[in-house]
Amino acid sequence: METIDLTLIWIVIIAIGVFMYVLMDGFDLGVGILFPFAPRDHDRDVMMNSVAPVWDGNETWLILGGAGLLAAFPLVYTVFLPALYIGVFLLLAGLIFRGVAFEFRFKANRSRRLWDHAFNIGSTVAAFAQGAVVGAYIQGFETEGFNYVGGPLDWLTPFTVMTGLGVVAGYALLGSTWLILKSSGDTQKWAYRITPWLIAAVVGFFVLVSIWTPLAESRVLNRWLENAEILWIFPVLTVICLWWLWQGVRSEREGVPFVATMALFGLFYVGLLISMWPYAVPPEHTFWDAASAPEAQLFLLLGFLFVIPIVLGYTAWTYWVFRGKVDDETGYGH
Amino acid sequence: MELDPLLLSRIQFAFVVSFHAIFPVFTIGLASFIAFLEALLYRTGNPVYEELSRFWTKVFAVVFGMGVVSGIVMSFQFGTNWSVFSYAAANYLGPVLSYEVVTAFFLEAVFLGVLLFGRDKVPPGAHLFSALMVAIGTFISSFWILSANSWMQTPAGAELQDGIFQITSWGEAIFNPSFWPRFFHMGLASFLTGGFVVVGVSAWFLLRGKARESSRKALRMTIALLAVIAPAQLVVGDIHGLNTFEHQPEKVAAMEGTWETQEGAPLLLFAIPSQEEERNRFEFGIPKAASLILTHELDGEVPGLKEWAPEDRPHVATVFWSFRVMVLIGLVMIGVAFWGAWLTWRGRIEDSSRFLRFATWMIPTPFIAVLAGWFVTEVGRQPWLVHGIMRLEEGLTPSLTGGMALFSLIGFILVYTVVFVAGAYYLIRVIKSGPERLTRADEAEGRAKRPLSAVDTPIEASDADLPEEK
Ligand code: HDD
Ligand code: HEM
Ligand code: HEM
Repeated sequence: METIDLTLIWIVIIAIGVFMYVLMDGFDLGVGILFPFAPRDHDRDVMMNSVAPVWDGNETWLILGGAGLLAAFPLVYTVFLPALYIGVFLLLAGLIFRGVAFEFRFKANRSRRLWDHAFNIGSTVAAFAQGAVVGAYIQGFETEGFNYVGGPLDWLTPFTVMTGLGVVAGYALLGSTWLILKSSGDTQKWAYRITPWLIAAVVGFFVLVSIWTPLAESRVLNRWLENAEILWIFPVLTVICLWWLWQGVRSEREGVPFVATMALFGLFYVGLLISMWPYAVPPEHTFWDAASAPEAQLFLLLGFLFVIPIVLGYTAWTYWVFRGKVDDETGYGH
Repeated sequence: MELDPLLLSRIQFAFVVSFHAIFPVFTIGLASFIAFLEALLYRTGNPVYEELSRFWTKVFAVVFGMGVVSGIVMSFQFGTNWSVFSYAAANYLGPVLSYEVVTAFFLEAVFLGVLLFGRDKVPPGAHLFSALMVAIGTFISSFWILSANSWMQTPAGAELQDGIFQITSWGEAIFNPSFWPRFFHMGLASFLTGGFVVVGVSAWFLLRGKARESSRKALRMTIALLAVIAPAQLVVGDIHGLNTFEHQPEKVAAMEGTWETQEGAPLLLFAIPSQEEERNRFEFGIPKAASLILTHELDGEVPGLKEWAPEDRPHVATVFWSFRVMVLIGLVMIGVAFWGAWLTWRGRIEDSSRFLRFATWMIPTPFIAVLAGWFVTEVGRQPWLVHGIMRLEEGLTPSLTGGMALFSLIGFILVYTVVFVAGAYYLIRVIKSGPERLTRADEAEGRAKRPLSAVDTPIEASDADLPEEK
């Protein structure tokens, strides 16, 4: 495989896969984060019904991320997971509670509150853990050969706590703009009300991370300074996006806030990739060091080219089936 | 006390995978049953099928949810606790698990949404199609994961170079020597699980005079199926055992509890194997039968465990007893299925309260058999991670400390206990409320989904404040 760089193709695939996950599970985790703040029980029903038919499909992107990394960049899989052992446990525990809460909550009566909490805490913990993973990735890992050799809590630093909280805020924003799109009446009014606060929180965290990261990691600072003549575009686009989002909320154009938030996430994400490129397991291993055998990459690529379009097709179909507002007529209770 | 991360990781893996395993086996069988009901509904329009399908879909949703969340744990377990193994086997396991995600998990997860929530939103044909996709997805899923597991039992198509498996033939690796027997054995086990639960629950309804028409229908349909597949499982199990005899003879020696290599080996029915003394403290069996089964000759030679060094032997008592539990349950299942078929043929099945009671008691047995079977397979593979090539201790995550492993083990036990107890509680509630009430409620409901008055037969007093049921 001299002519095509399979590793590069896989970087693109995994990057897209992870981004799909962030967007899709992002909004349903966000709905979970906002859950206890909703004023009425009825809003909570609407919130849950708005994601009930799709959350499982959304979460499947996470599994694809895990399995895809094992297939294409095994080193990432086998360094990140041991290094983040405790964090991964928290992530999984969060996802478990929130996943079963969908099924259990609607069958419970006395214990309903309990599953409300399980849904909320599970979603929040999972979001936080994902943010901490991003922070840990920026920080880098202590490796020897192909093994992680650091301690169990090396990943937990003020920086990762901040990235964790940042992702919680970001997912909450995705959640509230999703609700603007999917709900009506009082629920929607409430979503409109909280969105500006969430935007403020996200901007706050974004500014913090943008200042902190280059200061903590000189590698990142150099990347941005050396390429400043091209990269100035990112802050500018971010501001434009924020303005679009703000206008969308103020003029109550239902679809705009959600789309604008997704665009905002896209910008953050590309910014992160630019900062970290070409390291898969910083500070030592690049994506090419982390890659699996070309035969494995090729074998899987052939299948993906064929299957992924089909998956995207039927996923889109279900979003279309469940399009429109969630109200008393739809959702759980079929 | 020094905490051993290896031992703790083994316990943790065994615990989380056993927990996971009980849900898929049930949902694989049930998904096919639901798809079949939907197909009958589509063709005949008979409301009994809709009643049944709605009811079992509710059960399915709960079980599936638990299968999904515990499955997500599984896909990260390899990396957290067995990172060296994952790194070494990534060229094979990575693509296989990824193929499982894209060809099976997406199919199941996405179409499940339509199956559960889309009955009134899509045309009947599309709803049936969704049910079929979920059922097919469960089989594709077991195809890939069993290929991964079988490859660890009987590795093929790969070479270990500098600590990393390089694939030499995808076909040989995926369809490795023990794959097909395992796939069929597991497929039948799933149908048996789904079948015995459906039979047991229907029998329970009949005993209580609930949902008579639909329960009778479900019972008859399922008994007919079981009468075929329960004996088939014996045949496939035998083939599976012969395959193991060829590729992992030490596992078979442990299953049979034979320490000395012998000609005309007996089939032990009962024994107390002792790993330290390298013999059975007590044994009782049928002369020459093991040789007959394994070599198809009365005086065929069956190798004993002493052919292998002590550190290369699996834990005999676990394998020995798990195997007997599974086979005993398999035989009882054949008996029950034939008994039911006989009663059906005589047209008396719904009146035989003795059969109905027995069928109710059978509900847990397929789950026990499935776990016992996996214990035979997995404990019998020890001390190998990849049979004959990579040992357990070589695969462990180097940075893992005993403390971390203990933390996550206790964590998973706590989390799973809560989830399991709650899941069982809600399942029992769904089952107790029964299929009839559902349909009546749905009729009262019409299209609006949540009038409180729809719950006309409260199961518990507090059920009345339950606005909607799924
Ligand atoms: C793709 C691979 C795979 C699959 C499909 C399964 N397992 Fe497994 N199992 C392993 C891969 C594995 C493993 C990673 O190879 C382990 C971990 C440590 C070990 O020795 O093997 C293991 C260990 C292991 C042990 C502990 C054995 C010991 O340490 O003495 C038990 C009891 C089970 N498994 C049970 C199951 C059950 C109930 C399964 C049904 C779903 C199952 N396994 C499927
Ligand atoms: C250690 C090995 C295993 C791993 C890593 C694993 C992984 C997973 C994951 C991630 C899911 C959730 C998929 C979703 O979101 O829909 C899942 C569910 C499922 N798994 Fe497993 N699994 C393992 C063992 C098995 C075995 C042995 C079988 C059956 C032969 C099986 C069959 C299924 C099925 C049918 C589902 C769909 C959900 C359900 O029916 O409960 N898995 N598994
Ligand atoms: C009726 C007689 C049966 C025989 C002779 C039989 C035989 C076997 C053998 C030899 C193995 C171990 C294969 C290996 O590890 O290499 C096995 C595993 C297993 N059995 Fe059975 N079995 C029987 C019944 C059942 C029943 C009734 C169930 C469940 C309902 C079941 C479920 C399993 C499972 C889940 C495994 C582990 C997965 C696998 O290796 O296929 N078996 N069986």
